[in-house]
Amino acid sequence: MNRPSLLFRTARHLLLMTGALIFLTPFIWMVLTSLKPADEIFSRELTLLPTRLAMVENYTEALTRVPLLRYLWNGVVVCAAILVLQILVLLPAAYAFAKIEFRGKTWAWRLVLLALMIPHQATAIPIYVMLHHAGMLNTLSALIVPFSISAFGIFLMRQFFRTVPDDLVHAARLDGMSEFELVWRVMLPTAVPALFAFAIFSVVWHWNDYFWPLLVISSPELATPPLGTMFFRNEEAGINYGPLMAGTVLITAPLLLLFIAAQKRFIEGVTLTGVKG
Amino acid sequence: MRVHPLNTLMLISPAAVLLVVMLLLPVITVAVMSLTDWQFGAATLNWIGLANYVELWGDPVFRKSLGNTFLYLVLVTGGAVSIGLGAALLIESDSQLRGFYRTAFFMPVASTLIAMAVVWQFLLHPSAGMVNHLLELIGLTPRDWLNDRHVALYSLAVIGIWQMSGLALVLFLAGLKSIPQDVRDAGALDGISHPWERFRRITWPLLGPTTLFVVTVCAIRALQVFDTVHVLTRGGPNKSTEVLLHTIYAEGFSFFRMGYASAMTVVFIAGIFFLTQVQHTTMERKTHY
Repeated sequence: MNRPSLLFRTARHLLLMTGALIFLTPFIWMVLTSLKPADEIFSRELTLLPTRLAMVENYTEALTRVPLLRYLWNGVVVCAAILVLQILVLLPAAYAFAKIEFRGKTWAWRLVLLALMIPHQATAIPIYVMLHHAGMLNTLSALIVPFSISAFGIFLMRQFFRTVPDDLVHAARLDGMSEFELVWRVMLPTAVPALFAFAIFSVVWHWNDYFWPLLVISSPELATPPLGTMFFRNEEAGINYGPLMAGTVLITAPLLLLFIAAQKRFIEGVTLTGVKG
Repeated sequence: MRVHPLNTLMLISPAAVLLVVMLLLPVITVAVMSLTDWQFGAATLNWIGLANYVELWGDPVFRKSLGNTFLYLVLVTGGAVSIGLGAALLIESDSQLRGFYRTAFFMPVASTLIAMAVVWQFLLHPSAGMVNHLLELIGLTPRDWLNDRHVALYSLAVIGIWQMSGLALVLFLAGLKSIPQDVRDAGALDGISHPWERFRRITWPLLGPTTLFVVTVCAIRALQVFDTVHVLTRGGPNKSTEVLLHTIYAEGFSFFRMGYASAMTVVFIAGIFFLTQVQHTTMERKTHY
């Protein structure tokens, strides 16, 4: 293939650079504002860079005004607990669907496919009522338990396990391995790349989720990062943008760093949402 | 070698039980509740048949909400798919800075939307916001983007497009990669060398199924819009940004009219199921070409 002409290449960069700049503007502005003192933020003139650096004040304020580190920690705990539960529950099932013939399998698989289509907001009302009666509202468990099952995870891992050679499974059984051992000692190691993609999918989803924490959590000390952001914003009542932007920097940083560090994997994991919807 | 049925049962039962309790039963419950007048906390409920649906049909807020959701869905899907496709084609057409461009467009997808919504609120601030500053600079009238009922929904759509284009972009990039190189080479041999001609006669026809797929992915996500609405406008001003999930949230969890909110949820589920069916059909076609 011959390379495109110089004119085309210039036009390409011009268009893409403009686009990239527009898409990055909120991030750039967020970081710059988090460094500015209040009088510069509300000045009549639009200034790009801060003339007086207010980084220390803004970030200190963000960390002390609300328990920001607590929100981040809650996010880590909730995401980790969900992921571990999901894997414990779905891996044996995915293995059974991929490698074992059993009665009612076709029927059960149809139910998985049906569950795959259910958006999580659709089940909010009954699960809320259920948690209310169990006395579990406003606990971290309320954020974790409803997501311990992922129909999408079963689907994804079953598709993957089907590509694992049957001989491997047979050999393990001849060695006297039980079915449970087989799942964790033979199947799990082969599934690491697929599981990694699923992990990113799951963590991004639950780290960013706002709808569910908004419904079930009312105490600030149990808030996840998105809900905490809202507590913070309501606290500042839209006047103190420096600390608020410092807060949003700290809250968006973990996922963005993960994205920058493992771009390919990250995109792979997130595009799985395309299949899930 | 046969696996003992008891072993199989132990393997699948945790998943099966949770699947039924957390997903399938709740959906059935929603459908049943939509036929009652149950309010959260009330000890009794009455069967009222389809009365909730009749009420929905005549409810101006619900109608407004449905119309807004549809407009938002069309705007965001259209915007994200166009930007995603355009950027994907441009990025693919040469090798320089590919990684940087992809990263830049994908950043919004990788970020926490709620936090970025707060940033957008600041960008769109009527007096201190960057957008209005820039508009004044080039002599245009500033507006109160989120509190003006004529533009609020469009402002939210812009944020939606900003957030979703990166997803469309990477899906299109994957689709473009699947077009075999020899097809393009054959096109070049046949004298199709102009980029536009190449796009119109080779790339676009082969990208058709991918495009349909990306459209449904974006539409499903757009239908689930809630975060930005709740944070930035709360459905206002004057219900001009009321969308389906936000209306369900308000009815169910502010007014606790669970029966009525359930009926709305059924409408929401129907929308998602419809889009998913379209998606499955396009995915089957995708594997056949």
